[in-house]
Amino acid sequence: MVDQDNSPQQGAPADGDDERVPPMQAILDNPFLLLFIGVAVPAVFYTIWGIMEIAAIPIAK
Amino acid sequence: MATTFAHRVCPDTGLKVCRNAEALIKANAVVAIVFLAIGGLFGLLVALTRWPAVHILPADLFYLALTAHGADILIFWIIFFEIAILYFASAVLLNCRLATPRFAWLAFALMLVGALMGNVAVLQGESSVMFTSYVPMQAAPHFYLGLILFAVGALIAVFVFFGTLVVAHQEKTYEGSIPLVTFGAVAAAIIAVYTIASGAIILIPTFLWSVGLIGEIDTLTYRVVWWGLGHSSQQINVAAHVAVWYAIAALTVGSKPLSEKVSRMAFLLYIAFLPIASAHHLLTDPGLSSEFKIFNTSYAIYLAVLASMIHGMSVPGAIEAAQRRNGFTQGVFGWLRNAPWGNPAFSGMFLSVVMFGFVGGISGVVLGTEQLNLLMHNTLYVTGHFHGTVAAGTTLAFMAITYLVIPLIFRRELILKRWCKWQPYLFGIGTFGISMLMMGAGTLGVSRRHWDMTFSDATLSFDYPPAAFLMMGLNGIFAVLATIGGIMFVVIVVGSVLAGKSRDAEAAKTSPIIFQGGGATIAGHGGEATLKLPGTVTLVTVFFISFVLYYFVNWKFLSEVWPLS
Ligand code: HEM
Ligand SMILES: [Cu+2]
Repeated sequence: MVDQDNSPQQGAPADGDDERVPPMQAILDNPFLLLFIGVAVPAVFYTIWGIMEIAAIPIAK
Repeated sequence: MATTFAHRVCPDTGLKVCRNAEALIKANAVVAIVFLAIGGLFGLLVALTRWPAVHILPADLFYLALTAHGADILIFWIIFFEIAILYFASAVLLNCRLATPRFAWLAFALMLVGALMGNVAVLQGESSVMFTSYVPMQAAPHFYLGLILFAVGALIAVFVFFGTLVVAHQEKTYEGSIPLVTFGAVAAAIIAVYTIASGAIILIPTFLWSVGLIGEIDTLTYRVVWWGLGHSSQQINVAAHVAVWYAIAALTVGSKPLSEKVSRMAFLLYIAFLPIASAHHLLTDPGLSSEFKIFNTSYAIYLAVLASMIHGMSVPGAIEAAQRRNGFTQGVFGWLRNAPWGNPAFSGMFLSVVMFGFVGGISGVVLGTEQLNLLMHNTLYVTGHFHGTVAAGTTLAFMAITYLVIPLIFRRELILKRWCKWQPYLFGIGTFGISMLMMGAGTLGVSRRHWDMTFSDATLSFDYPPAAFLMMGLNGIFAVLATIGGIMFVVIVVGSVLAGKSRDAEAAKTSPIIFQGGGATIAGHGGEATLKLPGTVTLVTVFFISFVLYYFVNWKFLSEVWPLS
């Protein structure tokens, strides 16, 4: 089957150019940066913080 | 730039459907629905046991059924279906080939083996530890091993999804940013990575403990890390079903988000802040400070709640805007009255939005407040709350999109059209009923995960108020209703896939099932250019008033059970 794909094509206005992408959009466009944020935030604020508090509980004698 | 890969062009949406992705979507969706059926029947048995007049199972089988219900429905049904959604949102919406289909099949096999192993362990009766499997309760080793295999498989599948994003980017199969629905799937996949990592960190040692290689697992550490899995997996669901809402709205009434930017920002808030709400499961645990609890469940999580409210407004708002564009401009609610209520994809989606917000959402914020949590911690209120989110919310949304998946991906016409029309309402009313009634009984103190609310064989007697018994009886009736809705769904799906008329290219013109241009809308960009949405504003106002009233009523309750003088 032959068909066209939707890739940027035929003289569409230059909005596809990377240098015009606003910074926030550039962040949102990078799934691996988002992956880092999405793992680091809960790992620090929830898992690590939580375990540190548990580790600080004195052991009963 | 057109790369070639085995695909077909969908006559309904105009999207390129990669053959590998298509086969994997089918396989994952079918297996998901099998686990929904099994888990749903266990749910009915549990509800019938908690119906005091029926009390169908003996105690040991009750806990077995409760474990099977939780694992089959919350883990296996939902996650298999979510993997199907990830493949759809990446390969299909980006007009791209699926990356590494072999790994995707490996993932599928691992998940299936893991899920079967878990089920066998539970049915053998030595693993009635509930799906939370809190230590020091111990299940059979293959219970944990099954969960671990399942998780490894799911992780591989998530990376196939990320790989597909990379392929699409390199082969430039889409323009600009990825579509909003795909972005929602990215949020779900990211949360899944944290979820599965937490699961691995805690379940692998627990497995080793069950075979005797590790002496002991600290109970509190277990709870902290396990809830990184248990709670975050619910947030995968939220991100995924919100993406499904947007997808269905685009495909059934042609709506675009009100503002794509704002919706994307809301997904970003999900990515950063949703999983830390895991701490709401630890609100009564000793050993953790109030700073930890309150930061994680209040300050930061209100950002995630904000995100849910953005989506909760944006979806009906987008539908209203689209419907007004489609010519339904009468009055405040003409757009809603004239919505396609007979289309199960639409009705299921809309019911899911409303119930997720009003039932699951409001009760969730109340439960997640440290002080208020004391009122209903570990009561059936909790169970009521999460049936509002995962049953009436996520499950109903996934059922709704299945009504589009069958014709679009399986290329089959739906059978039993009348059943299709009624099914979302039956399941919706049933799950609404069980959510509200369990919340009601929980407010009266009835505990969750308890076989006998009469305490007939307890040394010290205790009586719940008669209203609690009444509610648990009514709960049983609504459970039957929900189960009928569930069975209808399974019959429709299995029947259509096996015996439905195959849908040819002509059908796209003669009996269209999606809104004209819906395929381009869901894969494209842009928002509705209006905020003149009196209907949505009214709905949102009603929501806020209910929310605030209910929230403060609970503080009032708290002051009564805990008088300060
Ligand atoms: C036919 C529909 C359903 C019925 C009748 C039903 C009924 C129930 C009942 C009565 C309980 C037990 C309350 C207790 O004793 O603690 C329960 C627990 C639960 N349900 Fe459902 N449910 C249904 C659907 C669902 C769905 C669709 C999901 C998730 C997607 C779900 C997830 C859960 C979970 C996670 C638990 C907790 C198990 C535990 O405490 O270990 N249920 N359900
Ligand atoms: Cu939670």
